[in-house]
Amino acid sequence: MDYGAYDPAGGQPSSPRPPRAIKILLAGGFGVGKTTLVGAVSEIKPLRTEELLSEGSLRTDRTEGVEAKTTTTVAMDFGRISLRRDLVLYLFGTPGQQRFWFMWDELAIGALGAVVLADTRRLADSFPAIDYFERREIPFIIALNCFDGVQRYAIEDVRMALDLEPGIPMVLCDARSRESSKEVLIALVEHVLATTSAEAVSGIA
Amino acid sequence: MPSNDERWMDAEAGPVVRPYALTQGRTRHTGASFDLVATVMATRALVADPTSLAPEHMNVLQLARAPTTVADIASDVDLPLGVVRIILADLRELGLVAISTPVARAERIDTHTLREVLNGLRGL
Repeated sequence: MDYGAYDPAGGQPSSPRPPRAIKILLAGGFGVGKTTLVGAVSEIKPLRTEELLSEGSLRTDRTEGVEAKTTTTVAMDFGRISLRRDLVLYLFGTPGQQRFWFMWDELAIGALGAVVLADTRRLADSFPAIDYFERREIPFIIALNCFDGVQRYAIEDVRMALDLEPGIPMVLCDARSRESSKEVLIALVEHVLATTSAEAVSGIA
Repeated sequence: MPSNDERWMDAEAGPVVRPYALTQGRTRHTGASFDLVATVMATRALVADPTSLAPEHMNVLQLARAPTTVADIASDVDLPLGVVRIILADLRELGLVAISTPVARAERIDTHTLREVLNGLRGL
């Protein structure tokens, strides 16, 4: 990506102002549409991480015959949206299972907030992510991916099933649509803004 | 295709190499930690002795000639993040790159920036 004019032949770098990088997390179970959403709204890039297996995953993953190997490769969804020349949004999509929390711990630092992408056919897949963000007080919204454009359940029923706190927004989306995915991100930023402003007013922040 | 019952990696995982061979087996980098979106920037235009650097270090350094991020570099050189972090820390130790984290740890993004992000998204 072009971050601005910089002439390497000019000796000292002309200290171009680096763009501000803002992180947004995208969580959800396998196959819920994370990659699709990132691809719909941003310039998607391959990113993998070679991670040490935690105790937890060693118990669930088969390690017979490969005992010497203690790392595993995890592909992350990674997308970039250049909002302005000096402002870039980075989307990081990670699997929602608990065994990947070690990755989130790092991703969550300084993040704007998170989107939990959910599928009404497999709502339970989004529980760990919701749990994670609630515990760490990371602002998040739920985006229900309506694969076939059909809304199967009333929003209120889904909220109840997810045991969502009243203040957490839930939006419907079609992860294949750029416009719809953009609206999801807008809903998240609006939610974070509202929370931040409310805290400022009540003197918490 | 040879039988691969363990299925550690699928085709999407990329070439099956031992990435940490590039880092002489090190799995932790030196010095202060840095964020995935920390800005990386080469500190000088030319390296006095380019042959002193491994090709992967050289590639990473090339990408940092204009400000970029840790995640962008990892994606562009197609190496796992952990490996890229170690390479970056090496380059930092040699004084060849500066790495700065835009948002301080545990700091919330300010309202002004949030509004700018919002306007930016609406304008897409």
